[in-house]
Amino acid sequence: MPIRGTIPITAGDTLGAMRRLLRTLLEKGVVDAILVPVATPDGRNLVPTLVRDPEQLAHADPIAPVMPVQASRVVSQLTFTAPSERLAVVLKACEWRATVELSKLRQVNLDHVLTIGVDCGGTYRVLDYGAMSAEAADLTARLLQQIEPATGFRWPGRELRTACRICENFVSAGVDILLGLFGVDPRQEIAVELSDKHAELAEVLGVQSKELPGREPAIAQLREARLARRDEAFAAIREQLKTLDGLTSLFSACLRCHNCTTVCPICYCRECIFRSPTFDHASQQYMKWAGRRGAIRMPSDTLLFQITRLNHMVASCVGCGLCEDGCPSSLPLTTIFRAIGQEVQALFDYEAGRSLEEELPLTVFREDELHIVER
Amino acid sequence: MPEEYEPRIVAFLCNWCTYTGADLAGTSRIQYPPNIRIIRLMCSGAVDPVYVLKALLEGADGVLIGGCHPGDCHYQSGNYKARRRVAILHSILKQMGLDDDRVWLRWISASEGRKFADTVGEMVQHLKAKGPNPMKGQWAI
Repeated sequence: MPIRGTIPITAGDTLGAMRRLLRTLLEKGVVDAILVPVATPDGRNLVPTLVRDPEQLAHADPIAPVMPVQASRVVSQLTFTAPSERLAVVLKACEWRATVELSKLRQVNLDHVLTIGVDCGGTYRVLDYGAMSAEAADLTARLLQQIEPATGFRWPGRELRTACRICENFVSAGVDILLGLFGVDPRQEIAVELSDKHAELAEVLGVQSKELPGREPAIAQLREARLARRDEAFAAIREQLKTLDGLTSLFSACLRCHNCTTVCPICYCRECIFRSPTFDHASQQYMKWAGRRGAIRMPSDTLLFQITRLNHMVASCVGCGLCEDGCPSSLPLTTIFRAIGQEVQALFDYEAGRSLEEELPLTVFREDELHIVER
Repeated sequence: MPEEYEPRIVAFLCNWCTYTGADLAGTSRIQYPPNIRIIRLMCSGAVDPVYVLKALLEGADGVLIGGCHPGDCHYQSGNYKARRRVAILHSILKQMGLDDDRVWLRWISASEGRKFADTVGEMVQHLKAKGPNPMKGQWAI
């Protein structure tokens, strides 16, 4: 049985308690280093930071509502060649799900990694966060005071990122240590769950065993509200995708800059076909095609790029929405990829990031399945 | 009904079964419609959806993927993996309002020259009934 309990907080300093917990992990030698979001010196952003000196945890903030990059990509970088040192990684729920996918794709090695999940109240775009941090120095503490049961974090005049507004998986499943904010008063205590494998950490971290009857209902309430919003967004985008005009108009502003690929945690290929000369044709070929159709859009293959990307990664799409943040044309990529991913993953009874054990749809097969496609 | 047109089919055939089956159709002098352009690959499991999509978006009316019968793959399991890829491709095409019924996956062995010819005939009829690929009229994709 996993251990469930709380860590008490003094003087309402939630962040202080989290930093102390991380510090303990370093000082007691549980791990050699911690990957955790740390505020940049100007305070306007937080970036994944590899910390070995406990003093450097002073500005760590695992709760702050901003995610400039997917930390799972960093976890890949830090574990790909399996270092012998032990590493703790503090991840938001979608970063953990992407880490799970990357582990199954053999891009992350979790052998010496202690995974720490933190309940996510949602994130804002980096520029929004920068502005918000200027409005309130103690932004995280202020946000914790007003977690909305139906939305998560809330800040006047700002909206959470699309991905967060429709995210139902804001609590990580399957991490070694889960630090919970929902269903407790996060100014009084932090909910803690320790996996079986790490039960001994209860003592090291000062976890007090405790029932938290309010936690499940609080999570369920937020999940339900997010699901309603998600399904509404899915229905709207599906309506638009249905017609050829709708489809072409959804992608008409695509620049083919490949930013979505660059920031996507699942697009890990070092040699992407769209960054190769595969579809660079001889000049006459374009002339011929333009002659056949009357005209062709240049640069060509915009829709080809998008639909191919869907085919290549959507079975593992965790819905973090960084593609949409990275898109200079603000294409509604989060909703498109999540909606299409939902049906693709359902084909294989798969849900990206749900578990380390479930096999990736494209690496396995059953002899007796999918006869509808072969006839 | 649209005016009758001649559909263009791009076929990705595996070296060991379907391509050899097509070869057998030829050496056996079995007639089949000339609407098909064959690309030989080593395995149906090697068909990246990008090439199927490229063909469709460039205006091919249909794409045929041919592989060995289940259990007969020269590489043990390539055809089963092809089936999963095609299932994903079908799902995505359907969800984007594109016609998944223009992409066919068929198992045709090296000894099934007749089946190859019949499949091509069947697909041509099917695509004639459907009409031309609407992507042909799109310049801005």
